[in-house]
Amino acid sequence: MALLLDLLTTLLLAAGVFLGISGGVGVHRFPDFYSRVHAAGVTDTLSAGCILLGLMLQAGLTLISMKLLFILLFLWYTSPVASHALTRAAEHSGLKPVLSEPRDAS
Amino acid sequence: MAYLILSSLTLPAFWLLLSGFWDHGLLLAFGALSVVIAAGFGLRMERLEPTCYRPAMLLRIPAYWVWLTGEIVKANIDVVKRIWWPQEHPISPTMQRLHCTQQTLLGKTIYANSITLTPGTVAIEVSDNEILVHALSGAALQDLATGDMDRRVTRLEGAR
Repeated sequence: MALLLDLLTTLLLAAGVFLGISGGVGVHRFPDFYSRVHAAGVTDTLSAGCILLGLMLQAGLTLISMKLLFILLFLWYTSPVASHALTRAAEHSGLKPVLSEPRDAS
Repeated sequence: MAYLILSSLTLPAFWLLLSGFWDHGLLLAFGALSVVIAAGFGLRMERLEPTCYRPAMLLRIPAYWVWLTGEIVKANIDVVKRIWWPQEHPISPTMQRLHCTQQTLLGKTIYANSITLTPGTVAIEVSDNEILVHALSGAALQDLATGDMDRRVTRLEGAR
């Protein structure tokens, strides 16, 4: 049972690390500001989620797990606000997105 | 009123879970004091729309979170594919105004936050009944344009 838990934790942590790196690569690969925000979103959401879930498996049913859950909850509440504020600021200062099919970009 | 009920239920639970002091009288008293102060700040801040909070939302929100987590996983897989294999999965950035049916500011906030939380779509601007969305691919925007998430948030909001 402990082995299974450790295995699951390793898998989740590895997935989290892979997703974090993917987000970093995406930030470099994507063409413009707006699409880079999407790549950063991968690091914010599932990468952090996988790592925290892996740590929760190690902590078991304790208050530490509860705190990790709170971290995840507040991260998922606040990171979209940051992304939204960034893109909104960019849009307001007139940064035009690179669009594949220009429609209704008013 | 509902706001007061909600905060007097959730804030003590939050304090107890964070501190873990269940049986220490003095600390519990300090906890109660901090809960009262936090609820007071909350009440002072919630001037715009204090009527949009419904205790029933507490019952509906776990199912929504489960569904949203599923969507986040799917969207993550899609974006990661587009990052590592740009030849097979090319990006096609799109921007469009989408209609939204939420009636309260809280509902709109939940909808815009959910859009931004799923990688591949970002809510840029929120107005009365429209949300300007930037999407990494046309497919992601099409998924959103079907209005599934919009309906779920409106049901969660339960304003009518």
